[in-house]
Amino acid sequence: MMLADLWMWITDLGNSKMVALVIFFTTFVGIVLYVYSNKARSERLESYRYVPFLDDDEHKPQAGSPKQGEK
Amino acid sequence: MAHSAVVSSEQYNYEIVKKFAIAAIVWGIAGMTAGVYIASELAWPFLNFDIAQITFGRLRPVHTSGVIFGFGGNALFATSYYIVQRTCQTRLAGGTFWPNFTFWGWNLCIAIAGTGYLFGISQGREYAEPEWYIDLAIAVVWVVYFLIYTVTLVRRNQPHIYVANWFFMSFILATALLHIFNNLAMPVSLLGVKSYSLFSGVQDAMTQWWYGHNAVGFFLTAAFLGMMYYFVPKQAGRPVYSYRLSIVHFWALSFMYMWVGTHHLHWTAIPDWTSSLAAVFSILLLMPSWGGMINGIMTLSGAWDKLRTDPIMMFLITSLSFYGMSTFEGPMMSLKSVNALSHYTDWTVGHVHSGALGWVAMVSIGSFYHMIPRLWNTTIYSSKLIYTHFFLATIGVILYITALWVSGIGQGLMLRAFDEYGNLAYTFVETVTFMHGPLVARAIGGMFFVSGMLVMAYNVYMTITRAKQEEKTPVIAVAQA
Repeated sequence: MMLADLWMWITDLGNSKMVALVIFFTTFVGIVLYVYSNKARSERLESYRYVPFLDDDEHKPQAGSPKQGEK
Repeated sequence: MAHSAVVSSEQYNYEIVKKFAIAAIVWGIAGMTAGVYIASELAWPFLNFDIAQITFGRLRPVHTSGVIFGFGGNALFATSYYIVQRTCQTRLAGGTFWPNFTFWGWNLCIAIAGTGYLFGISQGREYAEPEWYIDLAIAVVWVVYFLIYTVTLVRRNQPHIYVANWFFMSFILATALLHIFNNLAMPVSLLGVKSYSLFSGVQDAMTQWWYGHNAVGFFLTAAFLGMMYYFVPKQAGRPVYSYRLSIVHFWALSFMYMWVGTHHLHWTAIPDWTSSLAAVFSILLLMPSWGGMINGIMTLSGAWDKLRTDPIMMFLITSLSFYGMSTFEGPMMSLKSVNALSHYTDWTVGHVHSGALGWVAMVSIGSFYHMIPRLWNTTIYSSKLIYTHFFLATIGVILYITALWVSGIGQGLMLRAFDEYGNLAYTFVETVTFMHGPLVARAIGGMFFVSGMLVMAYNVYMTITRAKQEEKTPVIAVAQA
């Protein structure tokens, strides 16, 4: 019964602004947590900073070397 | 993490990048010259010469389309095609035909639309003036652009898609969405140029400004941030300050920009909550905008001396400073109380140019000075001329925006002033008289900026000419031997 009420509330177009806010805000918080919460993931993400230099014949990155990462 | 082998630049399609880059400079000079002319018309009205085709109303969309879609659009095609190839280490998809199709299609659309404006053929929608037949053609070109870009990403030799490409993809997708929905119209006849919007009244206005501000958000911001995330690290010779911050920057901008367009319609017949919502999201936008600006500027951390010694870096970092300034000023102007003063005044025009000249044009110019010598496999003809260009551009922008602060804020204060009996304190013509001095200064500021563009055109022309001579020299030497 409670789930049905919740479904009715979500599908009511009059509540679309609040539904959109909840969806977008939660997704955004999820992205921030994903980006900053795990040390190994953080290191992998930061290794992508060097992508512009990988086909470079003039400049080399200033520090560190690219970490192993996945597609 | 990636294929770190050095890839020969010969494998890339640079010919299409060269075409777009040259077209951007040509459109930049043409569009900015039109801007200086209409700015001069406001300062010295005799310049209208009673010729309908060159009056402010007809020439103004020629200026805006010339600089936004001619200069900005071609610069984005050029840099996006360059960046996607180099960061994916693969050749641009579509062979030679389809990229060339986007070049000729895009530039013909702008040229035909621009000619039409002179003769009064316009939808009357700001930054979306082209009539229905041009809108259809632009949609076709854009779909081809999307396919070329996406297929290139799919064929990449680099496992990770670098963040600059995310910004370009969001720009391509959002622009398609905005262009199609804002231009839904019914032609009066199949052989006629005139059409009418499918929307009416408040819905029409809100659709237009949903489009208008997101053109700023995704065309003039997200895409140029893509440019920034590639060229600032490349020119600095060091990786971007924080890749994680760039990810948050990207998603925050993408989530928030779509909500803010209604701040262009404060104090009109729109529902009040839409106005407040737009103001709230505009204020929130300050955070990702400044996050991105700090990320760009801090990339130079440890190499600040380049700000004295490298004129290209001066362009890039100054552009980020203007990005920070205009993304502070914009949210402030979106507050209803501030907007009550600023709207319908020259302050808005000054704000737009702080972003358009200070951010968009300067980051493009800096990127071009980095990219063009590499495209022709040479060095720049004259670094001194880049310095000259930098100072002409900076003086021009500062003169322009300070003049319009004086003009706009003064105009706003005068239009809102009441005397002791509750009557308006100033007549309209008194505000016009007050604005004359600042409008002259604004036109001069624009002249400075165009002069810088001419210096750039000369420098680029000499760079290319010298590169071609260098190409021929070994052949001649071999032949003589």
